[in-house]
Amino acid sequence: MPELTLVEAVNLALARAMADDADVVVLGEDVGVNGGVFRATAGLQRRFGPERVVDTPLAELLISGLCVGMAAQGLKPVGEIQFMGFLYPCIDQLVNHASRLRHRTQGRLTCPMVLRTPYGAGIRAPEHHSESTEVMLAHIPGLRVVVPSSPERAYGLLLAAIRDPDPVVFLEPTRIYRAVKGEVEDDGEALPLDVAFVLREGRDVTLIAWGAMLKETLAAADALADEGIAAEVIDLATLKPYDEETILASVAKTGRCVVVHEAARTAGFGAEIAALIAERGLLSLLAPVARVTGYDTIVPLPRLEQHYLPSVDRVMAAARKVVGFG
Amino acid sequence: MAVAKNKPAAPSAPRRAPTDKPGKPDEVPAFSKDDELKAYHDMLLIRRFEEKAGQMYGMGLIGGFCHLYIGQEAVVIGMQMTLKPGDEVITGYRDHGHMLACGMDPKGVMAELTGRRGGYSKGKGGSMHMFSVEKGFYGGHGIVAAQVPIGTGLAFANRYRGNDNVSLTYFGDGAANQGQVYESFNMAELWKLPVVYVIENNRYAMGTSVTRSSATTDLSRRGLSFNIPGEQVDGMDVRAVRAAGEKAVAWCREGRGPYILEMLTYRYRGHPAKYRSREDVQKMRTEHDPIEQVRTRLIGSGMASEDELKKIDAAVRNLINEAAEFATNNPEPDPSELYTDVLQ
Repeated sequence: MPELTLVEAVNLALARAMADDADVVVLGEDVGVNGGVFRATAGLQRRFGPERVVDTPLAELLISGLCVGMAAQGLKPVGEIQFMGFLYPCIDQLVNHASRLRHRTQGRLTCPMVLRTPYGAGIRAPEHHSESTEVMLAHIPGLRVVVPSSPERAYGLLLAAIRDPDPVVFLEPTRIYRAVKGEVEDDGEALPLDVAFVLREGRDVTLIAWGAMLKETLAAADALADEGIAAEVIDLATLKPYDEETILASVAKTGRCVVVHEAARTAGFGAEIAALIAERGLLSLLAPVARVTGYDTIVPLPRLEQHYLPSVDRVMAAARKVVGFG
Repeated sequence: MAVAKNKPAAPSAPRRAPTDKPGKPDEVPAFSKDDELKAYHDMLLIRRFEEKAGQMYGMGLIGGFCHLYIGQEAVVIGMQMTLKPGDEVITGYRDHGHMLACGMDPKGVMAELTGRRGGYSKGKGGSMHMFSVEKGFYGGHGIVAAQVPIGTGLAFANRYRGNDNVSLTYFGDGAANQGQVYESFNMAELWKLPVVYVIENNRYAMGTSVTRSSATTDLSRRGLSFNIPGEQVDGMDVRAVRAAGEKAVAWCREGRGPYILEMLTYRYRGHPAKYRSREDVQKMRTEHDPIEQVRTRLIGSGMASEDELKKIDAAVRNLINEAAEFATNNPEPDPSELYTDVLQ
């Protein structure tokens, strides 16, 4: 099996989906001739033609609105927004239209669109290029929010997102676009959506993360093992709707939980998970749920970035604290 | 001083408003008897439906909001006459007329207004949010101008599939000042998408007149910088609407790209009124009413007798009464419906 980077796995999944289904259309700024700002769509226009890999005007709201109209006609548009900070004009179409098409038509129409966007900090870029505002989207009923954390899952989850009849926002962690490699078989097999992946088993503490933060979280779990702490690591993967049962089952076993995300702390998705555990898993808890997060500030420029992003040390410190609680 | 020089000029008057247009009979292609009778019936159906909806809203039977189309009937009826099965219609929130024009059942539309199970959205969408794929109607959208890129996307799909369907994308003079309209114009012309943008200029964006809200008030020219042809149409005359619509739809079917039609029309009722006088409304009603125009022609030319028209009136009233009855007595949605049709 070939070893691919995450962004190459995205490319492979797009090519596979387009080869399998003539209704799949890729559209966005620079996605065609240029192959995308991160090369996620490289080579697709040459292979599938400019009618299926569409260079759009620089107009994000248009891209998302076109996707809704195309999807209403049964196409499967995959729009690209160059950076998450450019996605906000699309909120109107995502919140007011894409997520509600099924509901308004009583299922007669669905909105099988995907909006892909690179997201997250750690690439030495200014603020709009480092956003991690996934929780804004996860709040919206009728949207799926999916975040891959490895090449294999990027391939399988993107195929699932494209085949899914409902709108999916697919957030690709920019920081690990090329930082990780993994074996990916181009077998056309989708991974399940709405399911969390247990990446590592352990009995002492549950570490929950998604996207690029799995890198630090898995490294922390390795280092904690050296200290005799067995951490279970969960990749949440789909934030909406999310897999409550895998989280609760793990916490029932470990009694301790640390949620790691690079998004700002207040009302981040960690708060949702802490609330879930408080509501449905309180009696399993041996320590308060801890959150290791970014801060309630604007994502900083490169020289401060390493202070903003949760580090391996911060994850380890939180894990030690909950394990040593009481 | 610079400040004085920068004082903005008073907004210009519209180049042409419905009241200014002579509408000489020889300028407008005539309708056959059948066309006139059909237009009369279809417009009257909307008029009576809306009057009933207004009453029911006043009685508290309709929740949410209820934006009436009274006065604008000639626009949707004239445009609908130019469509074939497979074409799509999409519009904003003042949508009851469009749905009836598309042939959707008045019972289902009225029951949606009253939030009943038998409504087009099972009583969960309301006045602004109904669809019928079978009738080619793609909503009913509550956000001003958000339907414009969606309608452009419908046209993109037509082009992609290689059919000759046309997307009729309606919006108002208020929406014409929203940015996503121009993102759509650009894309539509760039890709030669088969979409007719029908701007229903009823002169008021909610409670603010076009002249007070628009730097340029000839909205048919809003596509000029994209090379999209556009024209102003007497939207109170169903014959003028159909003639312009035929031209625009043919343009799209031939693959020549989008077309803009600005329908100069007038709504008699609507957002809480402090912005116009009762006299203005009355003047439009007596001098330019789209239904009265057809009626006068039918009687005046001897194409129909008073009795014949009375029969049509009675049949329409009957249909509307049945719809109102259905919408009043149909059961409300089951609470379990709260959670259905969110995701698969």
